[in-house]
Amino acid sequence: MSDVEKLVDAPYKYGFVTDIESDTFPPGLDENIVRALSAKKHEPEWLTEWRLAAFRKWKEMEPPHWQNVKFPEIDYQAISYYSAPKPKKVLGSMDEVDPEVRKTFEKLGIPLVEQMRLAGVAVDAVFDSVSVATTFKDKLKDMGVLFMSFSEAVREHPDLVREHLGSVVPVTDNYFAALNSAVFTDGSFVYIPKGVRCPMELSTYFRINAAMTGQFERTLIVADEGSHVSYLEGCTAPMRDENQLHAAVVELVAKKKATIKYSTVQNWYPGDKNGKGGIYNFVTKRGICEGDYSRISWTQVETGSAITWKYPSCILKGDYSIGEFYSVAVTNNYQQADTGTKMVHIGRHTKSTIVSKGISAGHGQQTYRGLVNIQKRAVGARNHTQCDSLLIGPDCGAHTFPYIDVKNSSATVEHEASTGRISEDQLFYCRQRGLSAEDAVSLVVNGFCKQVLKELPMEFAVEAQKLLGVSLEGAVG
Amino acid sequence: MLSIKNLHASVDGKEILKGLTLEVPVGQVHAIMGPNGSGKSTLSRVICGHPDYVVTEGSITYEGVDLLAMPIEERARKGIFLSFQHPVEIPGISTAYFLRSALNAQHKARGEPEIDAIDFLKVAKEKAKLVELPAALLNRPLNEGFSGGEKKRVEIFQMTILEPKLAILDETDSGLDIDALRVVAGGINTMRSPTRSQLVITHHQRLLDYIVPDVTHVLMDGRIVKTGGKELAHELEEKGYDWVKREVAAGVAL
Repeated sequence: MSDVEKLVDAPYKYGFVTDIESDTFPPGLDENIVRALSAKKHEPEWLTEWRLAAFRKWKEMEPPHWQNVKFPEIDYQAISYYSAPKPKKVLGSMDEVDPEVRKTFEKLGIPLVEQMRLAGVAVDAVFDSVSVATTFKDKLKDMGVLFMSFSEAVREHPDLVREHLGSVVPVTDNYFAALNSAVFTDGSFVYIPKGVRCPMELSTYFRINAAMTGQFERTLIVADEGSHVSYLEGCTAPMRDENQLHAAVVELVAKKKATIKYSTVQNWYPGDKNGKGGIYNFVTKRGICEGDYSRISWTQVETGSAITWKYPSCILKGDYSIGEFYSVAVTNNYQQADTGTKMVHIGRHTKSTIVSKGISAGHGQQTYRGLVNIQKRAVGARNHTQCDSLLIGPDCGAHTFPYIDVKNSSATVEHEASTGRISEDQLFYCRQRGLSAEDAVSLVVNGFCKQVLKELPMEFAVEAQKLLGVSLEGAVG
Repeated sequence: MLSIKNLHASVDGKEILKGLTLEVPVGQVHAIMGPNGSGKSTLSRVICGHPDYVVTEGSITYEGVDLLAMPIEERARKGIFLSFQHPVEIPGISTAYFLRSALNAQHKARGEPEIDAIDFLKVAKEKAKLVELPAALLNRPLNEGFSGGEKKRVEIFQMTILEPKLAILDETDSGLDIDALRVVAGGINTMRSPTRSQLVITHHQRLLDYIVPDVTHVLMDGRIVKTGGKELAHELEEKGYDWVKREVAAGVAL
C-alpha cells in the first residue's frame, strides 16, 4: 500500500444511536399510510389530496436506472414512512424538547438552547420525521422573516405554502420527487419579505435516528423582491448495517433582484469500510430565478452517504439572473456519487457558473453529470463550467458527463475539466517540512477545494475543512 | 551531527548507493560533488526518508540517534531540511499558509508555542527580503506558476524560517542565473553557524564560490571516492571527473 492510499479509514464520528421511545409507523406504503401520515400532521384536505395524487403518480412510475451508481432494488414496502420521538405534544419552548433529543443535537455540535447558540445562526432541527426545535423564530419574525418547520408553515401560512409547493419541482418530475411528494414529513420553510436582508444564517440540521425508516424532508424557500438570505443544511445519521433512504425535495424561489445562497454540508453515514450500510441520498434540489436580476447559488460539500445522487439546479427565467453551483464531493471506501447540476437559461443575459471538485479514494466512484441548456430566448447567455477530479489510490474512479444544449447562437459556453492525483512527491514534500501524512493530504485536498470552500459561510468553512480531513483519514499513511 | 556508514540504498530494485560513508560534524559546511547519476539526489532523499528508496545495508545516525527508524516528518521536526531540486506545487494553498502550518507542526512536536498568522507574517516579510522575494508572492499558491528562480528562492526562504540544524541543498544552483545565484547563496550563508551544518549537493563548482565549504567530497557510482578541502572543487572544475575516475581505478583515492 502506498503512502497516499493508507489515509482513508476514519471512524464515522456521528454514528451513535439515541435511545428514545418513538412513535413509528409500521413498514409499508399505500394510500392509507399516506392518509394516516397527513392526519398525524393535522394537514388540511388540499394537502392530503395533493399527497394522494402524488402517490398515485409514483405508483405508475419506474425507478430510474440511468445513473452511474449501483445498488440493489429498494423495497419500498420495507420502509417505515414516519417516525417521531415521543411525546409529540406541541412544543412551546426549547426547554420542552426531549432531553435525549436535545443531548443528541448538542453531541452533534448543534445547541438548541438559544443562550448557547452558534454565533449568528438560527437553527431548525429535524429529528427523523419531525422538526423538534427552531431557534430565533421570534427575533426573525420581527423583521418579517418566516423560518419554521414545514409542518408549522402548512398550519400557519397555508397560502404561501400552497402557492409554491411543487412549483419548482413538479410532483412528476422524477421517481423520488413523486415519492417525496406523497410521504414528505418535515423540513424547513423560509419566507423573506420584500427588501429584507435576513440578518443571520438560517440553518437546518437533519438527523436520522430510527432504524428502517426513510427521511423524506421538504424544504421551501421563497425570497421576495430584493431580499437576501443565506441558508445552510447539515446532516448526520447513526451507523447501521442496512441502507437507509433519504429522498428530499428542496425548492427555491427567487423573485426580482432576490438572492438565495443555499449551502449544504452533507455527512450522512457513508457505510463501513466494506461498503455495508450507509444512507442512500437521492435528492431533488432546484431553484428558480423567477425575477430579473435574481440570483441562486448552491454550494455543497458532500462527504457522507453510501450513494449520493443529486443535481441542485437553477432555472434562470428572469433576465440577467445568475445561477451558481459550487461542489465538493468525496467518495471513499465503497461510496458512490453521481452529482452535478442543471443550468437552464431561459432569460436574456443570464449567467451561470459551475465549479465541481470531486475527490475519490479507496474504491470510491464518482460521476459529475451536468447539463447546460441555453434556450432560444436567452440572448447573450453565458456559462462557465470547471470540473476537476482528484484521485487518491489506484482503485477509485472519476467520470464526467457534461451535456451542453445551446439554442441561441449568441451564447458563450465554456467547459474545463481536469483529473489529477495526489502525488507521492507532494506528500513527501509536505512531510519533509514537518507535516504529518494526514495533515499533508488534508492540505492538498483543501487546496484543491479552495474555490468551493470559500463560497461557504465563514463558520461552516472551517467545519467543512475539518470534515474533508476526517473523510479522507486513512487514505494515506 | 550526521554520520553515514556503509550506506546501501536502492530504488525499484536498482542499487544506487553502494557503501557510502560520510561524516558531517556540527558547524561545518560540506559540499558533495559528482557527475550526473552518481547518486547525489538519492543521498539527499534517503537522508530525508523518501518512501521510494530502500536502505538495504548500513546506517545513518543524526545527533546520535538512528535516523532510518524515523518517519519523514519526525526527521524534519528534529531539524533536517531539504531544499528540493524540483519543488512541488500545491495549488490553492498559499505559500504563507503552507509554511506557517509546517512551522507550527514542528513547534508543536517540539513542545514550543505555535505562532499566529500576524506574528508569522512579520517574520516572513523580514526573511523574504533576505532572498529578495516580493511579499506578494507569499499569498500565491505554493510554487504554482513560480519561475525556476522563484522556486529556489522560496526553498531557501523556507529554510530561513524553519531554521534547521542540518540543511541539505540539492542542486540549489541549477537553473539560476548568476544574480539569482548570488542572492540564493547569500540567503544560505545567513544560516551558517557553529550550531548548524549544511550539506551542499551540486555538480558545478560555481555555487561553491559563494558558499565556501569546509570539506568537499566527490561522489561517484554510489560512494564517496575522494575528500578534500574547498580547493578540491576548483580542481574538479578544471580537470573534470575523469581524473578522479582514473585515480579510483588505480586505487589511489581510497
